[in-house]
Amino acid sequence: MKQLTVTSGKGGTGKTTITASFAVLAKHTVVADCDVDAPDLHMLLHPKIIRSHVFRGSKIALINEGKCTQCGICKQKCAFDAITQGFKVDPITCEGCGVCRMLCPVSAITMTDRTSGHAYISKTKSGFMAHAKLNPGEANSGKLVTLVRQNANMLAREKKCNLIIIDGPPGVGCPVIASISGVDAGLAVTEPTFSGIHDLKRVLLLMKHFKVRPLVCINICDMNKDNAARIRSYCRKNRIEVVGEIPFNQIVTEAMVHGKTVVEYSPRSEVSKEAKNIWDTVRHHLELDRD
Amino acid sequence: MIVSIASGKGGTGKTSVAVNLALSIENVQFLDCDVEEPNAHLLLHPRISRREPIYTSVPVVNEKLCDHCGKCAQFCQYNAMFVSSDKVLVFPKLCHSCDGCVLVCPRKAIAEEKHKVGTLKLGSAGDLRLVYGELEIGEPMAVPVIKEVKRHIERSKNVVLDSAPGTSCPVIETVNGSDFCVLVTEPTPFGLHDLKIMVEVLRMMGIPYGVVVNRAGIGDKKVYGYCREKGIPILLEIPFQRRIAELYSCGIPFSLEMTDWKHEFLALHDRIGELVSK
Repeated sequence: MKQLTVTSGKGGTGKTTITASFAVLAKHTVVADCDVDAPDLHMLLHPKIIRSHVFRGSKIALINEGKCTQCGICKQKCAFDAITQGFKVDPITCEGCGVCRMLCPVSAITMTDRTSGHAYISKTKSGFMAHAKLNPGEANSGKLVTLVRQNANMLAREKKCNLIIIDGPPGVGCPVIASISGVDAGLAVTEPTFSGIHDLKRVLLLMKHFKVRPLVCINICDMNKDNAARIRSYCRKNRIEVVGEIPFNQIVTEAMVHGKTVVEYSPRSEVSKEAKNIWDTVRHHLELDRD
Repeated sequence: MIVSIASGKGGTGKTSVAVNLALSIENVQFLDCDVEEPNAHLLLHPRISRREPIYTSVPVVNEKLCDHCGKCAQFCQYNAMFVSSDKVLVFPKLCHSCDGCVLVCPRKAIAEEKHKVGTLKLGSAGDLRLVYGELEIGEPMAVPVIKEVKRHIERSKNVVLDSAPGTSCPVIETVNGSDFCVLVTEPTPFGLHDLKIMVEVLRMMGIPYGVVVNRAGIGDKKVYGYCREKGIPILLEIPFQRRIAELYSCGIPFSLEMTDWKHEFLALHDRIGELVSK
């Protein structure tokens, strides 16, 4: 079984558009939406939820007001400043470490489970999908990404799919690391802007750090031709293959408004043709054509 | 006044709005809190005057004192320690620096050492002061770096904070303590979906907010309907124009070339001021 993560560094470069198109083109595949705090893939793939389970990311401290003597030890020792003036626990800053419970001289603090979100296993028109929703304001997105990937793996084994396509979050922090660790290839979707180039370089370094094979796709490649050339030359120097370049086209947004992937909405458009070419190249890199 | 700029969805134009706003007002301190992918400096072209490493404290075990009782690993909620019968492994990248292992160790065998997680950069562009952080590649936790950036807030200034995309811990850390949060969205289904999540986050946190619609004219009209229904003020609309995108692509804030926009951003700041003082 192969795993591909679509990632970008910079947000809004077109990760989800590409992932959804791949999902339709690949057929009988498992897709995993690992952008758990702002998941969008479901708006294009319309999953039907088969199973859902509660995600408990971390614990949260609870102070028993009746027992608390307001001695202030918990407040003083909390590394996250999560104990308020009135000896309440701030759910936003509490990271559930348990130091307050350990130090409370009158055992007034317990650690309780918190519901941080939900993970889903679903069926789509073109295959299966593992996804999740982190509750607003909850932490632990990295842990939830790991859970989504475990669900995707299970689904792939169960349904005998030979490929998992992962829609990654932007950035280079914990949810991104959790999305790319151990995958066969990472496709970085970039755009020819200063920010796009800057962020691409950082995400490529991250892939190198975690020994993930990098591939690059330049979206809205015609926005700035000099910058597109800069990306190509950077990739050439670093022996990274640019697998495709997609010109700007309003059809992508139009397809999104209609809740469809661009390859379904407008199969003959330039964007869809290029998406198919890119998918063929990526397939080849993943050696899927030999299975 | 502290104004943070967030969005939920990535690539909606947070940095562009934050920078153009900052360049249209006076006495500004700009904090780029998107420490995973800081981009504001690419538009502001600052002179960097100071660079400092950012550290967290992580446990270091004195093997001579340790008897491998395992209490530290048992206590740690983040799986940052592993104890076997003859050795202790520390995973600094998983550590949240809560100090629990140090406190729980019965033999006082655990001390703390510094672990580099990023770099702080301070500089200026004209009169504007810039502070930003850069998360070390391979380090998972952005929050300690954001905290360090925010430690440099000068309350006497007009503070503009640029947030990372998403709705999780880095965003919450950034917007926490703001007087107002500007949510930049685009009028598309993705933009609206992620805007709704951010609205919930801000409601929970009790931070006043308003919306800037970027790339107005693309997509659909649903974001306007949503804002009307929920009584969320739309503070500014920036039309979808190729020229704006081209200027952004080569690191030029569009209000510097299309100077009428300076008044728009100044008015935006005034409007925020009014909403905050209400």
